[in-house]
Amino acid sequence: MRDFAYHQPATVPDAVALLGSVSESRPIAGGMTLLPTLKNRLASPSALIDLAGLPGLQSIEERSFGLAIGALARHADVARSRLVATRIPALARLAGSIGDPAVRHRGTIGGSLANNDPAADYPAAALALGARIVTNRREIPADDFFLGLFETALGPDELITGVVFPAPKRAGYAKLRNPASRYAVVGVFVAETANGIRVAMTGAGNGVVRVPEFEQALATSFAPEAVAHLRLAPDDFASDMHAEAAYRAHLASVMAARAVADALA
Amino acid sequence: MPISFTLNGRSRTADVPSSTLVSDLLRDHMNLTGTHVGCDTSQCGACVVLLDGEAVKSCTLLAPVLAGRSLTTIEGLAKGEKLHPMQEAFHTQHGLQCGFCTPGMVMTAIDLVNHNPVPTEAEIREGLEGNICRCTGYQNIVKAIQAGAAAMAASTTAAAA
Amino acid sequence: MATITGVGAAPLRKEDLRFLTGRGQYVADMKRLDMAIGVFVRSPHAHAVLKGIDASAALQAPGVLAVLTGQDVAADGLGSLPCGWAITGKDGVPMKEPSFPILAQGKVRFVGDMVAFVIAESIEQARAAAELVIVDYEELPAVVGVLEAVSDGAPQLYDDVPGNLCCDWALGDEAATDAAFAKAAHVARLSLINNRLIGNPMEPRAALAEYNPGNGHYTLFTTSQFPHVVRWLMSALVLKIPEQKVRVVAPDVGGGFGVKQFLYGEEAVITWAAKKVGVPVKWVSDRAEGFMSDRQGRDHVTEAELALDENGKFLGFRVHTLANMGGYLSTFGPNIPTNLYAPLLGGVYTTPAIYCNVKVVFTNTVPVDAYRGAGRPEATFVVERIVDVAAADMGIDRVELRRRNMIPKEAYPYQTPVLVEYDSGDPVGCLDRAETVADVAGFASRKAASRAAGRFRGLGYSTYVEACGLAPSRFAGRLGARGGLYESATLRVHPTGQVTVLIGTHNHGQGHETTFAQIVSERLGIPFENVDIVFGDTDKVQFGMGTYGSRSLVVGGSALNKASDKVIAKGRKIAAHLLEAGEQDIEFEAGVFSVAGTDRTKSFVEIALAAYVPHNYPLEVLEPGLEEQAYYDPINFTYPGGAHICEVEIDPDTGVVRIERYTGVDDVGTVINPMIVEGQLHGGIVQGIGQALCEAAIYDDQSGQLLSGSFMDYCMPRADMSPHMDVSTHSTPCTHTPLGVKGCGEVGTIGSPAAVINAVVDALSHLGVTHVDMPATPNRIWRVIQNATLPRALAAE
Repeated sequence: MRDFAYHQPATVPDAVALLGSVSESRPIAGGMTLLPTLKNRLASPSALIDLAGLPGLQSIEERSFGLAIGALARHADVARSRLVATRIPALARLAGSIGDPAVRHRGTIGGSLANNDPAADYPAAALALGARIVTNRREIPADDFFLGLFETALGPDELITGVVFPAPKRAGYAKLRNPASRYAVVGVFVAETANGIRVAMTGAGNGVVRVPEFEQALATSFAPEAVAHLRLAPDDFASDMHAEAAYRAHLASVMAARAVADALA
Repeated sequence: MPISFTLNGRSRTADVPSSTLVSDLLRDHMNLTGTHVGCDTSQCGACVVLLDGEAVKSCTLLAPVLAGRSLTTIEGLAKGEKLHPMQEAFHTQHGLQCGFCTPGMVMTAIDLVNHNPVPTEAEIREGLEGNICRCTGYQNIVKAIQAGAAAMAASTTAAAA
Repeated sequence: MATITGVGAAPLRKEDLRFLTGRGQYVADMKRLDMAIGVFVRSPHAHAVLKGIDASAALQAPGVLAVLTGQDVAADGLGSLPCGWAITGKDGVPMKEPSFPILAQGKVRFVGDMVAFVIAESIEQARAAAELVIVDYEELPAVVGVLEAVSDGAPQLYDDVPGNLCCDWALGDEAATDAAFAKAAHVARLSLINNRLIGNPMEPRAALAEYNPGNGHYTLFTTSQFPHVVRWLMSALVLKIPEQKVRVVAPDVGGGFGVKQFLYGEEAVITWAAKKVGVPVKWVSDRAEGFMSDRQGRDHVTEAELALDENGKFLGFRVHTLANMGGYLSTFGPNIPTNLYAPLLGGVYTTPAIYCNVKVVFTNTVPVDAYRGAGRPEATFVVERIVDVAAADMGIDRVELRRRNMIPKEAYPYQTPVLVEYDSGDPVGCLDRAETVADVAGFASRKAASRAAGRFRGLGYSTYVEACGLAPSRFAGRLGARGGLYESATLRVHPTGQVTVLIGTHNHGQGHETTFAQIVSERLGIPFENVDIVFGDTDKVQFGMGTYGSRSLVVGGSALNKASDKVIAKGRKIAAHLLEAGEQDIEFEAGVFSVAGTDRTKSFVEIALAAYVPHNYPLEVLEPGLEEQAYYDPINFTYPGGAHICEVEIDPDTGVVRIERYTGVDDVGTVINPMIVEGQLHGGIVQGIGQALCEAAIYDDQSGQLLSGSFMDYCMPRADMSPHMDVSTHSTPCTHTPLGVKGCGEVGTIGSPAAVINAVVDALSHLGVTHVDMPATPNRIWRVIQNATLPRALAAE
């Protein structure tokens, strides 16, 4: 890859200042998406701003309403956290299913959310749980954060510092993995929250989305059978060499039912 | 940029461009070619090393990250002529053929057992999801990790006694 | 007496230590202080006229030493890549053999075709400069599928290859086969696709070349399964330099599977370039480059018909196949879908009449050549699938149908109607044993349990035979081989009685350093530890043909055995002299020469020492030294085979197929090292499972771009989708190899795809499903269920 300057700011304001002042700079956390992009010469920033040294961003803390997870908490940290396993066990299971063990030792929750890969797992959890994405400037409700393929509400010099997850009454996650890439072909996160049933789906094609059809059905009856036979319109799903749209649409119902079963288990 | 870190138990300093990947740092600058590169999408796992004891893919890790930290590669496992129990288990269970994926497999296996000292076959197979082997069909790798886990437990017990 | 570790023992592998400690030496690990790095500029188009190349900007980029193009190749008068096989079509028409230039000339014919080679001081400089090479392409329509390529109006790859047809080839008695069909009670029919695969050894290809102007010698380090053949073809036919001035070394090689058994353009270009730039040049393929340049495998479209009498006896078999060659003929290309395919269509059955027509077709894709199994998995898949189709058609149990048609053990040697004569085998014995090991008796209750859980369980059989141990040279020559297929070994006994073996095969995972040492330990009666195996260096080892086609033990091991005979024969002469006895009275057993009926003996070590310190030695009639060389040319192919039984469970909601049990009982002849044989079977079976369930090279049919061009999109089998396998051997020794061995490198890959797909079809048979194409991905299975002819509700009855 092309060489770049490397900055290791010690505070969030320093990091934000660097991002604003150094042209063509990019922030890097675990680098699990950015580094392959750079290696393939699909991007060539002039500088990387390494966020790893920012203090306090790796924490996983209990709050009265749920959990506050620092942006730099790695997937392995979330997967192994007793606190997460107690308060939002589905989130711990989801984290433990991302990528592979070595990826989970580097990849971070903040990086995953900021990247907003249309087949990533964390966006589904954040959206279904009604999380709030905390940045150096504001808190963004998940409903306003994800804006489609690799697009988010983050400004150019805005950094995620953490995520707050209200603990649901119960929640579950299920996905069918693409056996090659390990990403979700379709993944569905189901949560019964204080504000009702929320269902979010990843892998469908255009980024994470809520699924009102499932939410309404589960509001009536929180049981796998309530969604197992609901058929979503294939038109809203992507078709590619791994999965045709009709299959993805079918999988959405199957994974929704399994996510409900996971929540009830 | 100069980067000081511990490599296989020894303090080392490397002066390399900040864009250097750890796999390249090891192979091109440290003359440690046991860490292999088998893909460019961070999937094959031939490059897995232990960073502060945890398995990471060195092909997707920038050298500056190493500063102040400890890195272990396949070359650093044996104590003199005595192989690490996991290396020995791969040997006795015929857990390798061409040898190319082997360093990453062994490093991943050690990390797996460190987190789960008595893994089931299913847990081992799941734990190898980031490592591809084209020769063995995985069966003897699974057997090797089971044997290696038992031997690691025994050597820990022996060391504690 | 020395400890012998011989035939049937399972010593741990000698080669393991260097790999387990990170001390293997692969080509990518090698460096030279002054070396430059090369990067290939490859065509982004599947089919285009090459109108011009402007390298001026690249040449001025920092660190750039040279940019070489097809014009330079032409100016230097270099040759093109040769094809090692010249097959002949129906009516004696020779195959079309267009030139395969090492850097494109005039046209590019696949995405990845090499256009230029950029050499710079560093990889980053070379990559940056490669992006500055401006190539003027005039795009042409591309064709990637064989059916489209032979259609009217298809884009034509070559002006002088009408219809893109390289060869219209046939084998068998067409009239006799037609006659068999005329009297058939039933004809089973099957159309199928054998999916294109990418071998993907975990070590990407690499090369390092250097030129010594002091003596005019070139050295090429390369990831090859056959360094001598690379040297021969490259020096004589491409670079046109004296063969002895080129040294080719294939050091540790990280897997081959056929992908590394060809002469590649990269090898020739880099060797040529090393002299031009005056410093060593290294090139290491990355995986993306491997996907678009490593020769690929399989890719057939086939129509098959099996004629049966009213009792299910096979009367005749007719097969029409279109085989994809890609854009050019690779080293073995046209041999694979013809000579290594059609002769296996007899399977393990007594089918009396077989006719096979193969149309070998050019397309705008990566050249296709041998990949583990090479032709024989394709044949086995056709045979073992249509047997199941016929059984279902006729309402005969598929195992019973197989048994009715199997060649009985006592009928061997068995001459098939398609060239080959099987020397030995016991398909019924393998099947019997496999059914026991697989607990077929318990399948019904397991199936019921699956059904109760909403899942479909199926059982699949593959009773197969293959032909390997390539190959009898004279026979191969008649089929179109341009080279021989013998193997060589030198057994060098040192003065201390220690032994170095120089062998012409190449070890890249198969455990040769262990297995061959066992043969020497057994034959010479010396400790296994006293034997080292050397291979892969043309300056050290006599000419050899290398490793492919499950030939190393069969042909190379036979050469080693023959060299052992010669060493023992000479040792006997020396012993006769030292023991003052007649040569005919000297016995040799377990490392000791003795005079029959006496206690007078000389150990092997004493004989070795005497050979090198010839004070008391018959110098008038015997040369000093103890080193013997042998070349072995096989009498026949070998015919390993066996019975594989696969049990799958399908989740109808997702289409996911899980292999619940896998049993292989294989006849690989005499087993030298059972541990290594088992490992070969495991790996082979999982590669076959990969073909059956997940692997597919997929090209965009408009642009010709490879869509499955990374491990993100090309699914390599992982540990979590690979089953626990129960493999064992049921051996009938080969009757014509001196050690009784048949070869075991490819059998797993040959037998398994049919077993898996037969199990999948069995699991779905209640829905009216009769065939599923490979790979049986979740989406495909789900689609098959959706399209099934019998409604699910009805089928559940």
